[in-house]
Amino acid sequence: MLEIEIDGKTLQVADGSTIIEAAHQLGTYIPHFCYHKKLSIAANCRMCLVQVEKAPKPMPACATPVTNGMKVFTHSELAVKAQKGVMEFLLINHPLDCPICDQGGECQLQDLAVGYGESASQYQEEKRVVPDKDLGPLVSTDMTRCINCTRCIRFTAEIAGFMELGQSFRGERAEVMPFIGKTVDTELSGNIIDLCPVGALTSKPFRFSARTWELSRRKSVSPHDGLGSNLIVQTKHDRVMRVLPLENEDINECWLTDKERFSYQGLSSAERLTKPMVKQGGEWKEVDWSVALDYASHALRDVAKTHGGAAIGGLLSPHATLEEMYLAQKLLRGLDSENIDFRLRQSDFSADGKRKGTPWLGMKIADIGRLDRVLVVGSFLRKDHPLVAQRLRQSAKRGAQISILHSADDDLLIKLAARAIAAPSQLPAVLAEVVKAVAELKGVAADPALAKVGAGLVDVNAAKKIAASLVSGSDGGKCAGILLGNFAQQHPQAATLSALAQQLAGLLGGSFGFLGEAANSVGGYAAKAIPTAGGLNAAAMLKDPRHAYVVVGAEPELDCADGAQALASLTKAAAVVVLSPFKSQAMLDYAAVLLPVSPFSETSGTFVNTEGRVQSFYAAAKPLGEARPAWKVLRVLGNLLDLNGFAFNSSEEVRAEALDGQPEFVSGLDNGIDGATLNLTASPNGLERVADVPIHFSDPLVRRAPALQQAADSAAPTARMNAATLAKCGLASGDKVKVGAGGTAAVTLPAQFDAGLPDGVVRIAAAHADTVALGAMSSVLSVEKA
Amino acid sequence: MALIDTINPLLTTGWSKGDAGWSLKDYEARGGYVQLKRILASKMTQDDLIAEVKKSVLRGRGGAGFPTGLKWSFMPKAAPEKYVVCNTDEGEPGTFKDRDLMRFDPHSVIEGMIIAAYAVGAKLGYNYIHGEIFDMYQRFEEALDQARAAGYLGNNILGSDFSFDLFAHHGWGAYICGEETGLLESIEGKKGQPRYKPPFPANFGLYGKPTTINNTETFAAIPFILGMGGEAYLNLGKPNNGGTKLFSVSGHVNRPGNYEVPMGTPFAKLLEMAGGMRGGRKLKAVIPGGSSAPVLPADIMMECTMDYDSIAKAGSMLGSGAVIVMDETVCMVKALERLSYFYFEESCGQCTPCREGSGWLYRVVHRIEHGEGRPEDLDLLNRVTDNMMGKTICALADAAAFPVRSFIKHFKSEFEYHIENKKCLVDPEVQRAGSGFFKAGAA
Ligand SMILES: Cc1cc2nc3c(=O)[nH]c(=O)nc-3n(C[C@H](O)[C@H](O)[C@H](O)COP(=O)(O)O)c2cc1C
Ligand code: SF4
Ligand code: SF4
Ligand code: FES
Repeated sequence: MLEIEIDGKTLQVADGSTIIEAAHQLGTYIPHFCYHKKLSIAANCRMCLVQVEKAPKPMPACATPVTNGMKVFTHSELAVKAQKGVMEFLLINHPLDCPICDQGGECQLQDLAVGYGESASQYQEEKRVVPDKDLGPLVSTDMTRCINCTRCIRFTAEIAGFMELGQSFRGERAEVMPFIGKTVDTELSGNIIDLCPVGALTSKPFRFSARTWELSRRKSVSPHDGLGSNLIVQTKHDRVMRVLPLENEDINECWLTDKERFSYQGLSSAERLTKPMVKQGGEWKEVDWSVALDYASHALRDVAKTHGGAAIGGLLSPHATLEEMYLAQKLLRGLDSENIDFRLRQSDFSADGKRKGTPWLGMKIADIGRLDRVLVVGSFLRKDHPLVAQRLRQSAKRGAQISILHSADDDLLIKLAARAIAAPSQLPAVLAEVVKAVAELKGVAADPALAKVGAGLVDVNAAKKIAASLVSGSDGGKCAGILLGNFAQQHPQAATLSALAQQLAGLLGGSFGFLGEAANSVGGYAAKAIPTAGGLNAAAMLKDPRHAYVVVGAEPELDCADGAQALASLTKAAAVVVLSPFKSQAMLDYAAVLLPVSPFSETSGTFVNTEGRVQSFYAAAKPLGEARPAWKVLRVLGNLLDLNGFAFNSSEEVRAEALDGQPEFVSGLDNGIDGATLNLTASPNGLERVADVPIHFSDPLVRRAPALQQAADSAAPTARMNAATLAKCGLASGDKVKVGAGGTAAVTLPAQFDAGLPDGVVRIAAAHADTVALGAMSSVLSVEKA
Repeated sequence: MALIDTINPLLTTGWSKGDAGWSLKDYEARGGYVQLKRILASKMTQDDLIAEVKKSVLRGRGGAGFPTGLKWSFMPKAAPEKYVVCNTDEGEPGTFKDRDLMRFDPHSVIEGMIIAAYAVGAKLGYNYIHGEIFDMYQRFEEALDQARAAGYLGNNILGSDFSFDLFAHHGWGAYICGEETGLLESIEGKKGQPRYKPPFPANFGLYGKPTTINNTETFAAIPFILGMGGEAYLNLGKPNNGGTKLFSVSGHVNRPGNYEVPMGTPFAKLLEMAGGMRGGRKLKAVIPGGSSAPVLPADIMMECTMDYDSIAKAGSMLGSGAVIVMDETVCMVKALERLSYFYFEESCGQCTPCREGSGWLYRVVHRIEHGEGRPEDLDLLNRVTDNMMGKTICALADAAAFPVRSFIKHFKSEFEYHIENKKCLVDPEVQRAGSGFFKAGAA
């Protein structure tokens, strides 16, 4: 610790602190632009100049390390003169077009100019004009306002992992720009809008639509991936105008993914369902709530009466709130149905009944950064969990070794220690090899069940390299973490992968866990939205069609492991009751009644994130049209069906019952599986499908966000193959190919070369209208030139 | 160019044969690489070597005049990877000495760098050569080939256990790449922008490794220092200002060129060596150390001796040793306009005061020169320079400010005249005559 004095106040600070950090500790504000606590120090804006005793010149507080006994003056004549001088320079070429600038009212330059600027400038020369740049559909530019602080540049290089912006030219002509003909395309690009201290980078979708002081703001929680990023939702006249990050160091830090930031546009989609609708004689009619609820309750009661409760299936979106899931399962169980599930993209349910508890991350999100060895298994990490990827990117820079075992070698923009890329059917065997290699390195016996995994069958060397990296960590791997991604959880041998990860973590003395796919991947378990003995899981209730379905918040044709099958079963069903914020043509085809419910922004509710943290939020806006919070709709349905235990007056009461109080973290988190049978062999006969869920197609809300749909990440699906596979099929990149999956249906897609795929696989995105007909995400495909 | 009047020629001993005397055999014939051989054969310790350089009081010839031996001693001993870098980015207006060193005696630079590498324990070196002297870059590559073929570079140099290799790297002409950390960034393939210091290159240099970076002339002096001994070298000059120095004399003299003189030589002597004032005209002002150094009026300059301390006492800097001589036909406003344009053009643009201030300065001086000056402009210029100096990452902002302040300080009446009368104090006809490029009355 060092003792220093700032403006006469003494304090102790950690060695290596800078003056600005020390001042922050004291609550003393030092004006700054280029400094940002998450970025490297550039020391270029010079706004933070302060006086340091014995130093002849003013020193930049952001870059000057504290020394013992240092005396700092942040408001002395010398300091203030320097700060005012810099402010004057910043303003001479600034357009001062605040009245037409989107940043007005939340601009650091504007704010500081009030404190440090003069009322008139002595600069009477011509001002600089800088041409604007096209950064893509999300970020809009007014580069004349740029103060060249390089925060945006450092963000792309250091946090997003790829330097998409740079400063060209020099001196007064310096310009921040992307590479020629390129835009800013990472999944984190919107953060540069927040980082830009002036109005040079603003939100394209939000631009010119409201002034910051006109907006009401509410805290909320992201409804997308399992992280549960904290949000500030800003509304004007009950319309969500903008979403910003709410800083939470334990979860999203100060970042948001573009999906989280811009998906709000989907809330105002033309496909919003704003009136209850029922289908009568094949015709859709808008009706009153009472009519619709009556219709829905009768339909369900009739099916239960004639065919028994088991004839009803409940498909709940993993993005639904805890309260919605809890009431939905209660309703279904009230009707004597055990067919309830929210794990819509899962295909292997063999661990059900053997789990010791709720599968979760296995650690705190913040602890990911403390792992010194990490193995990511089955994950399109950068797109599925961008902020986890970001944490690992920083870890890798600090010296942590990150490895991946997956079926696609997408560039994670993380320095990897080892990688094994294998066809989906081989992932369990490769992971088994890693387990065996670790056991060998540790000098302990491996599970005999793994003995028969064939060497030669899999890339043993890659597995050994991963094992060596894991074991080389501190205390032989005690700080190692095995993270199973969405692909591993959706894998047809998911239980085996999970059991192997458990063995691996056990051998290392480290931890393992699941990267939650959706906002309530843990919450669904806490809400009991899974079948117990005798019930059918999501896959089974679609494979074995029910007479009736209750669908909450999902579009099963896009959100289930086998969209084609989901569509077929729903179409066949006598009654499908859909609670959804949106309508779609598919829904109009298969549903009997459509109940308009609130998206996350218009209801109170709770998401339990992947680390088990209970995060509740309130509505940020009134429901659109006649939409109503789904928990209220389910409560009324329960009442209409004369079910017990539906006398809730608030979503808080629902939560209290579901969670048995108001815990900070849900109880019963445990990744252990008792007596899992390892299923290590799979020999698919043909080309294996690798299905990713593209980042902007993962749920109904983001699929309807127009700006995101124009982003580079939203490109139409292709059939991706490596060179060998293309050659074997007699194809060239760009050829139109007919892809079939055994059945009669086939889709035509362009073939695309992808060097990062293993032999014998075809990568085709799921969750997309163009590929629904292909059926299961995991399947064997035939490919021929169209 | 080759015939140069020198006192005690040292660095320029090899220049007399012009372009015919640069190659390895010529350098060896005049005693080249002897010092390297001696050091390797005697297994001289690094400490002894650095002590010898310290004794010479050789001060960096790149502009800042930092003692070279001291700089070398900052290099961490234990670090496994270290670099030696030579700064041949010579871009300071008025300076052209490194170019001639590279042209006439590249092996002295190579030998100096090898010895420096030995002293600091570096295995790899780079010479960063200004992009606008591409011929010198090509010559240096040739010289490197010769040295490598002769076993002076590479693994186990001359059978010793010392290994070192050296590579040439050319820039593209940006002045800021001469600033040592901007230069390192440029070698790394990044935009040439100075880094915030500390950390200094001795701790965090090229690719983040400890690095010694010196000017071309600094390295070239090393073999000579070791040849005659540090003490003898120091005694060539004056205390605290050891040895000889190259001065690039330009402007209104009869024989512009590079002159090597001992530190402490009177300016009057240097002027005389350069053939005196052109056309016998009167000396008006001198910029004694490259465009970044404050200008000094004739009377002050004529009292100075050419060494760091004397010039500093007079209120300027010896800098890189570029002596820009101006006679009475010069309009000081126009001269400053030209200098200010240079800094406006060459600022890298990262620091607010430099990026914005250098343009502001240029525009105001430009206005004054073009008859649009305002009475408050001189105070404004002083205020702007005040807000730039000492407030930026590198010294370029100071370099932009110094000329403005010194021109106004010493030639204020000329600026005032310009503002008031909207024209030059020195008649344009006279200026044209003095420039030597135009006949009076023409243009
Ligand atoms: C704007 C600027 C430009 C510079 N250009 C050069 C140059 O062209 N050559 C040079 O040797 N030093 C130049 N320097 C000085 C270097 O930063 C550094 O001090 C020098 O290379 C150190 O070598 P020395 O100790 O041998 O002088 C420049 C400095 C600044 C601030
Ligand atoms: S665009 Fe904004 S963030 Fe980027 S350098 Fe300019 S002012 Fe800074
Ligand atoms: S002072 Fe000027 S040249 Fe030097 S780093 Fe700053 S902006 Fe660049
Ligand atoms: S905040 Fe310190 S220089 Fe910009």
